[in-house]
Amino acid sequence: MTTRIFVSRDAGAVAVGADEVARALTQAAAKKGASIEIVRTGSRGLYWLEPMVEVATSKGRVAFGPVTEADAVSVLDAMLADGSHALRLGVAEEIPWLKRQTRLTFARCGVVDPRSVEDYKAHGGYKGLARALTLGTAGILDDVTKSGLRGRGGAGFPTGIKWKTVADASADQKYVVCNADEGDSGTFADRMIMEGDPFVLIEGMTIAAICVGATRGYIYIRSEYPHAIEAMNAAIAAAKRAGYLGAKVAGSAHAFELEVRVGAGAYVCGEETAMLDSLEGKRGMVRAKPPLPALKGLFGKPSVVNNVLSFSAVPFILDRGGQAYADFGMGRSRGTMPIQLAGNIKHAGLFEVAFGVTLGELVDDIGGGTRSGRPVRAVQVGGPLGAYFPRALFDTPFDYEAFAAKDGLIGHGGIVVFDDTVDMAKQARFAMEFCAIESCGKCTPCRVGSTRGVEVIDRIIANTNRAANTTLLQDLCNTMKFGSLCALGGFTPYPVMSALTHFPEDFGAPPRLQAAE
Amino acid sequence: MTGTYEPWDAQRATEIIAEYRSVEGPTVVILHALQHVFGYVPEPAIPMIASALNLSRAEVHGVFTFYHDFRKEPAGRHVLKLCRAEACQSAGGNALAARAEAKLGVSIGNTTADERVTLEPVYCLGLCATAPSAMLDGRVVGRLDEARLDALVAEAQR
Repeated sequence: MTTRIFVSRDAGAVAVGADEVARALTQAAAKKGASIEIVRTGSRGLYWLEPMVEVATSKGRVAFGPVTEADAVSVLDAMLADGSHALRLGVAEEIPWLKRQTRLTFARCGVVDPRSVEDYKAHGGYKGLARALTLGTAGILDDVTKSGLRGRGGAGFPTGIKWKTVADASADQKYVVCNADEGDSGTFADRMIMEGDPFVLIEGMTIAAICVGATRGYIYIRSEYPHAIEAMNAAIAAAKRAGYLGAKVAGSAHAFELEVRVGAGAYVCGEETAMLDSLEGKRGMVRAKPPLPALKGLFGKPSVVNNVLSFSAVPFILDRGGQAYADFGMGRSRGTMPIQLAGNIKHAGLFEVAFGVTLGELVDDIGGGTRSGRPVRAVQVGGPLGAYFPRALFDTPFDYEAFAAKDGLIGHGGIVVFDDTVDMAKQARFAMEFCAIESCGKCTPCRVGSTRGVEVIDRIIANTNRAANTTLLQDLCNTMKFGSLCALGGFTPYPVMSALTHFPEDFGAPPRLQAAE
Repeated sequence: MTGTYEPWDAQRATEIIAEYRSVEGPTVVILHALQHVFGYVPEPAIPMIASALNLSRAEVHGVFTFYHDFRKEPAGRHVLKLCRAEACQSAGGNALAARAEAKLGVSIGNTTADERVTLEPVYCLGLCATAPSAMLDGRVVGRLDEARLDALVAEAQR
């Protein structure tokens, strides 16, 4: 009997030795004369346990981790004999960290073979598309609107409204564009889905195309993600072979062609209009809105532009109905959010959960505090343009509006944890410096403001006219916030101002008083 | 590794440009294809792209210089990219970056005098849950500490 063993091919697992472990297991099995089949899956997202290796048993898939090359022989023995091992974690789905999640979008990630359409279908894939084909435009819009899904890239715009705008526009050509330029530090959910369950993204984009009447689609993936690029290209080819892309999608009258385009290292291309310019082969310059991309998007044609996670939420919504998704969440934040716990945190990984969980639960309870063992001092939520929150704000629920009310944003759902060795003035300076490097240069507040921002922070750190320069920095941040064309210049003030507000002692001022708020 | 790249050849470049000129929005695609073959985008390629796409040289130059990825000269034999973004900073990345600079004798963004190693920053490899991370010639490495970084630097210097 052949024993099936699962080893992740996710870049995060490969970076810590998954390929070597897979090779060592194969060698160990050959030596023993054991018949094994190694399936390379995506990651379950329990990164502190990667490389995590699973074996199919009658009780389910039993996991071991973190496995090193040196452990291969003993782990294989334990797998074949169903015996005990120091690295044995039990049935994967029963691991508490995984069990307490609500995996709607990530249900298959780490489970299926990301190169196999058949495996995707065996795990419920393409059911959403099948139903979408029976519903037509109005029915699909109804479900997506009812689900309450909002753009997971960070802006949180209602997906149903965006799709309706494109569906209502008339044009000879429409596009569906996926923004996979996941440049925010602390985020990796898009990468995980593309590497671990690429067909869910293809299915989501296909449903969008059928809904709005688009026949061409692009996935704009950043060049820093070579594994995701390879996985998406392989999945698109497989979907074409299986008849899920091409002239007759799943045997229907709808045509949909999908292509991967690779970015070239510009952070600003994660901004949707800069991405569209980049896709057109131009400099990634931000466009003024209006016109909305929904009406004049790629090559001036009506275009659905959504993030990887937005599209990937759609197959569930179409399969189970909009209400099933909307049943999760709080307030106007419906459904689940794949939250990414990153940086100096003990249990780093992907935690998909309904909106409403508090920041403190995520960092202390789920994340287990810092990996360094030192106290948590600050967490940056939402990438390089997100605010730094102190422990005092740990009761904030994960919800678009709740974070906005505390002068923060949830962005793409990344949380980066810092311990008490962090210098917040340096982090504020880095935010301005990063903005200066990555600014597309189109608008003055961002292009010039970011460079002036670095200089002003340097003067504050050097204690040159500290009080006056602090006021100047606040004024500059206001100008950038309200005067910039896009979120790069407009949101850079979030990390800067939050550092200044919550950690004034790092800028040479007395610790903050509550009344100063 | 630049060792595996082809030397500049105008005829080869013409073929590459012809292959991609009719895709939608071809400029970035062509620049990627040229750099994939030659390891960089040599200066003579710019007017060739402009002429094939009916663009001005300035427009193509503008696109070429906008993106961090495109090189105007060959990199070292190995390219070591260190993630310098916040998640890696929080996990000790700053000290490791300084260590790599000291070991290689160059600051980030430069190539060693013997042209063996180009040390570059990257703003996020998406390996934030196994930070600090790096990429050596396309191979990703996570959970960097001093020992793992030293091994990586030594490998790059070979």
